[in-house]
Amino acid sequence: MARIPLAYNLRNLAARRLSTGLTALGIALVAWVFIFTLALAGGFQAALTTTGTKENAIIIRKGSTSELMSILTREAVGAIESQGEIARAPDGTPLAASELMVVWNLPRKSGTTTNVVVRGVGPKSFALRPKVKLVRGRMFRQGFDEIMVGRMVAERFQRCDVGDRLKLAGREWTVVGVFDSKGSTYDSEIWGDVELFMPVFDRPVYQSLTLRLAEPGYLAPLKKRLESDPRMNVEVEREDRFYADQSGQLTSMLRVLGLFVTSIMSLGAIFGALNTMYAAVGNRTREIGTLRAIGFSRGAILTSFLIESVLLALLGGLLGCLLALPVRSFTTGTMSFATFSELAFRFQVTPGMLLLGLAFSAFMGLLGGFLPARKAATMPIVDSLRQA
Amino acid sequence: MKYLRYVLSHLWHSKRRTFLTVSSIAVALFLFCTLRTVMTSLDAGLRASDDTRLVVRHAASLVFPLPLAYRDRLAQVPGVVKVGYGNWFGGYYQDEKNQFTQFAVDVSTVFDLYPEILLGPAEKEAFLRERTACIAGEALVKKYGWKLGDKIPITGTIYPGEWPLILRGIYRAATPDADENAIFFHWDFLNESMPEGRKNLVGIYWLKVASPSDAPRVSAAVDQIYENSPVPTKTETEKAFQAGFIQMMGNVSTLLTILGSAIIFAILLVTVNTMMMAARERTTEIAVLKTLGFRDGLVLQLVAAEAMLLSLAGGLIGCGLAFLVFRKVNFTAGGMIPNFRVLPETLLLGILLACAMGLLSGLVPAFSAARLPIASSLRKVA
Repeated sequence: MARIPLAYNLRNLAARRLSTGLTALGIALVAWVFIFTLALAGGFQAALTTTGTKENAIIIRKGSTSELMSILTREAVGAIESQGEIARAPDGTPLAASELMVVWNLPRKSGTTTNVVVRGVGPKSFALRPKVKLVRGRMFRQGFDEIMVGRMVAERFQRCDVGDRLKLAGREWTVVGVFDSKGSTYDSEIWGDVELFMPVFDRPVYQSLTLRLAEPGYLAPLKKRLESDPRMNVEVEREDRFYADQSGQLTSMLRVLGLFVTSIMSLGAIFGALNTMYAAVGNRTREIGTLRAIGFSRGAILTSFLIESVLLALLGGLLGCLLALPVRSFTTGTMSFATFSELAFRFQVTPGMLLLGLAFSAFMGLLGGFLPARKAATMPIVDSLRQA
Repeated sequence: MKYLRYVLSHLWHSKRRTFLTVSSIAVALFLFCTLRTVMTSLDAGLRASDDTRLVVRHAASLVFPLPLAYRDRLAQVPGVVKVGYGNWFGGYYQDEKNQFTQFAVDVSTVFDLYPEILLGPAEKEAFLRERTACIAGEALVKKYGWKLGDKIPITGTIYPGEWPLILRGIYRAATPDADENAIFFHWDFLNESMPEGRKNLVGIYWLKVASPSDAPRVSAAVDQIYENSPVPTKTETEKAFQAGFIQMMGNVSTLLTILGSAIIFAILLVTVNTMMMAARERTTEIAVLKTLGFRDGLVLQLVAAEAMLLSLAGGLIGCGLAFLVFRKVNFTAGGMIPNFRVLPETLLLGILLACAMGLLSGLVPAFSAARLPIASSLRKVA
């Protein structure tokens, strides 16, 4: 069966430049919105899923959904640190850090205020999180009024860069360093010495204990023993799962919002594509008659018009992908419900998202092209040749 | 007006195109109304706030509590008429997904401070009398199918354990912006169940002042009292407090605005295209009209009117749909937006937007129709 050459479709699209351009741009915007919402949800999720590692376990009070609501007494912490499943530092001490977490209201650079996580960390905290790297300044010294801030905090909040002095809990602290943790939630936190924070923030207890497991398989027995001990009243979780769980609700909400908006919006674009393709068929009635008269089958006509519609949509999809690339550099902050404070993250555009955007565009083209293509294919030859 | 039939018959003639165009505009306006309602619903707390109510919280952040002992001192501050207090409970019902507002409140003052909570006298009495009683908003009660006397177990996250509350009253909200998706229960019940060390701690205090003009003075006076204490306070009007909350959400509204603009722009392109195609197909007809003596201005109006009519129809359908759909469903986005309600001004704005789209999409084809040279266009088509 003879196929109508692709060049025919390309020339047709080029002949109706304005109409092609407008329709493609419409589809491009739908693809853009589609990728934008995916990138937003993906970025938020990535921030939380890259925060923990599976080698670590985190321990919080039973029933707490986040560190903020948790309480661990010094006695409990002491008992946990003596467990055999914990990896040891070179000096033989357990590789575990009991930490304090409070949230503090600070002004953003824009002038509005929001809560920021202030984490009191111990000497092992950095060893437990090798991703956290100093990018400017130096580490804080234990026992001094010094703090370090995450990269996002330095970028987004007032008086939060190296050398600045920040007031927290009635005391002035010097920001001595900025650290980066490759986009994890630590980037949105302020870190300082836990033993100094406890009296200053008037907190006699810790919030969480993070530890390195000597063997990944040790999680289950440790979890079983600690959670069944009624004096402890704790929950043990793998660190990566713990943080990933916090992303669940908002991520799925963002995804649902994105899906809702794009699916409804794509309806509008499909209607537009239908209009364009119907007009294309209508304008070329005689041409279609001629094609049929010289021997092209109905199937060939149908395929040709479908191809034209999909090409048009793909053109839009490609444009949408191109427009979506700069979205990668957007950062935004939103309130994380788990910590009741700001979590800043970068939009994440992955090749998979772009491919999905393209596939989505092609699908719109297919849907928008089918009915007009069928109309073109089923036209009686004689009538169409006679028509204007 | 006498040409309305001409315009209508055109639209009727190309039924399919009319239908498709109106639908795509309707879709865009429906989305616009939805996104804008997400934004305005986040602000519902602002509209529901009262200028004579102040909120006192810990200066550092809401997550830190204040001592119960502040209550009596606050009551003595000149200008303060009433002091109430409560703790955000932050639990869930049966499943973590079922989140909504739960507040443990001082029941002796809550109804004075919040006259927006409408409760029958018998139910109020039953609620006040019983330590484990609670009241819930009508929308919430409907959502979970509760009845008076039901035991509603709420699982705490800040206050661990399961709290067996008994539903003794179903309240309605006096204003449409007040939250009808909430539960209130006895602060005393919460407090008694707390271990030593977590007792007698209050999340926030509400102060009632006689007139809005007292607010700045009272706020300053309160914060001054505790300025150098270990537990300093921050006092602000309810409106400022709510605004602070919205600020914490970050730039949600910017994101929604970006999405909304992209949608409107996309559909605008589609509509412009359609209108241009429609005008192009009628080149001969327009030339005939002009030959018959129709002036350029009138031709322009006729083509523009067609675009306008299409957009207006789409706008009305889209906005109407949004209004109807969201009135029927009690949509709360997993408890995050407790008061999802399409505001009248959103609908109005939507219709205006549709008109603007009609105007813009009709402009290009209308002008090119008006400028159409008669002779050559008559010749174009054999």
